Amino acid sequence: MSGSEPKTEIIEADILVIGGGTGGPMAAIKAKEANPGLRVVLMEKANVKRSGAISMGMDGLNNAVVPGYATPEQYVKEITVANDGIVDQKAVMAYATGSFPMIQYLDKLGVKFEKDGSGEYNMRKVHHMGTYVLPMPEGHNVKKVLYRQLRRLQVAVTNRYMATRLLKSTDGRIAGAVGVNTRTSEFLVVRAKAVVLACGAAGRLGLPASGYMFGTYENAANCGDGYAMAYHAGAELANLECYQINPLIKDYNGPSCAYVTGPFGGYTANNKGDRFIECDYWSGQMMLEFWRELQSGNGPVYLKMDHLAEETISEIETILHTNERPSRGRFHERRGNDYRKRPVEMHISEIGFCSGHSASGVRVDEFARTTIPGLYAVGDMASVPHNYMLGAFVNGGIAGADAAAYCDGADLPTYDEGALLSEKARVLAPTRRDDGLTPHEMEFKTRRLVNDYLEPPKVTAKMEIAQRRFAEIREDLHYLCARDPHELHRALEMQSILDCADMAAAASLYRTESRWGFYHLRVDYPETDPDWFCHTGLYKDDNGRMAHRKREVAPYVVPVAEDEMAAYHQLRVKTPAAAE
Amino acid sequence: MPIITESKSAAVVIDEAKCIAEKGCTVCVDVCPLDILAIDEGRRKAYMKYDECWYCMPCEADCPTGAVKVNIPYLLR
Repeated sequence: MSGSEPKTEIIEADILVIGGGTGGPMAAIKAKEANPGLRVVLMEKANVKRSGAISMGMDGLNNAVVPGYATPEQYVKEITVANDGIVDQKAVMAYATGSFPMIQYLDKLGVKFEKDGSGEYNMRKVHHMGTYVLPMPEGHNVKKVLYRQLRRLQVAVTNRYMATRLLKSTDGRIAGAVGVNTRTSEFLVVRAKAVVLACGAAGRLGLPASGYMFGTYENAANCGDGYAMAYHAGAELANLECYQINPLIKDYNGPSCAYVTGPFGGYTANNKGDRFIECDYWSGQMMLEFWRELQSGNGPVYLKMDHLAEETISEIETILHTNERPSRGRFHERRGNDYRKRPVEMHISEIGFCSGHSASGVRVDEFARTTIPGLYAVGDMASVPHNYMLGAFVNGGIAGADAAAYCDGADLPTYDEGALLSEKARVLAPTRRDDGLTPHEMEFKTRRLVNDYLEPPKVTAKMEIAQRRFAEIREDLHYLCARDPHELHRALEMQSILDCADMAAAASLYRTESRWGFYHLRVDYPETDPDWFCHTGLYKDDNGRMAHRKREVAPYVVPVAEDEMAAYHQLRVKTPAAAE
Repeated sequence: MPIITESKSAAVVIDEAKCIAEKGCTVCVDVCPLDILAIDEGRRKAYMKYDECWYCMPCEADCPTGAVKVNIPYLLR
């Protein structure tokens, strides 16, 4: 890169939202609706028009709490049980009560949900207990709808700026963030009274089995920047050992998608064509049964649809091949896969962090507040479990409204100038070298080691090796070389990925029990231990070291009976006694 | 260590007869979440510059002339 120092621009805002995918735009929208006078800046690493997990829209809501089908209390109970009791029910309840108003709001803005002849939402059952799935066969326009609303409310958007570190004031409040342009490497410092982190999952943590680094389940831009920024700012992260691991189309590594096909009669089957799980809803227990089936020799595991009628299959194809991941159809075509003739081979994904599907995220309360004053987190990277797209919208909205109130009367904090200078030095270090190691190879090696040593079943000795190898890679950062702004962008992402890898190992070693089915299956501690009926917190201590604490599970607002708590532990289809 | 350059096949293919980048169009480059597309300055046509494709397809869906085709990357095809 050129020898001259990239220029730095400093701007002021009331609220800075980092991440323009799903929860971020909604946070910005709801902040502006609460107080149109606020200066709201939305910083996005890609382009808000097509960024994040829903860049091509969404094929359905997985967790819609719609009157007549479910109550918020039922939903809170379902998620409590699905997550082995380790939930902050108040935060789940805040989502559940906001769920239906958000569906109505999105509907009003022009997002299309499936309705029956009388205009009622066409709800389907996929979960073990309740009915929460609302199909979106025409859900491809979600990003367009959001973008229109951002423009209407005059949210300031900065595309192609990647946030790298949060800034704080000397009294510990959030004070803004440092961004780097991914095409010019110029700095943008946004001073703000409140910051909302909405950076998505850590989806580039494990390496896909195909070996293609960007063939991830999550949008590959969602590489864990938010987790790393929150950690370095001193925020607490919760239950990171509760990994995201998903049942996906083998090699394609995207959703197959049982939530869409299930209500039409499709189901997960083994190589004999038999069902082995009662419920296709993604949970740690479901993944454990999936893994056991593969271990037993009954694999591969398939999504079976070849028994369905032609018109049903055509409808499924239309939904799956035009929404969310439309290249699914292209993948199947090249393989000669036809839902009519052959079941779709599935596999177990690599690991990641994501509360959208499991429970690993930055610790937040029912107002989406983190442990740092003025800092919020929403969506896949915030700790509200099983939140999916609608959860990102609802909690984004909660954060936006709460941040707007927080700004009222608050002054603009002054950031620590020394922190900005040292961050600029860190960011630019890979540009100061003419040769060395490339971002790709350092990322590949980190992620390959994640697969080798951190994937469940988790083994203490292997995770300890991982920590040593990650430390070696950290020493090698002195050789990390970026020859242009694009490579620098990848070099910075690679460092977020390494931070997340270290957090995954440390969090998994800390919880000395097994919980959440396959997500935290520890060979050395195979039982669930009542002493670990708690959240875990991971944070950077005053000496800059990774530290842990136990956090009590707050008293439930919706009681769950003992026998109900075991519902998700009985997912395997029961074999009749005579057949055994 | 010195850095070497390796060849890769491009999953995203541009039909140069249809591409109107020379008229100032940069839609595919603008919408790519991974920022892997670019305009070749000599030819004034879009091309896939980095082998970092998530095969998500906004480039293809938003191209005003239908010039972009997203193929599944070879390693996972």
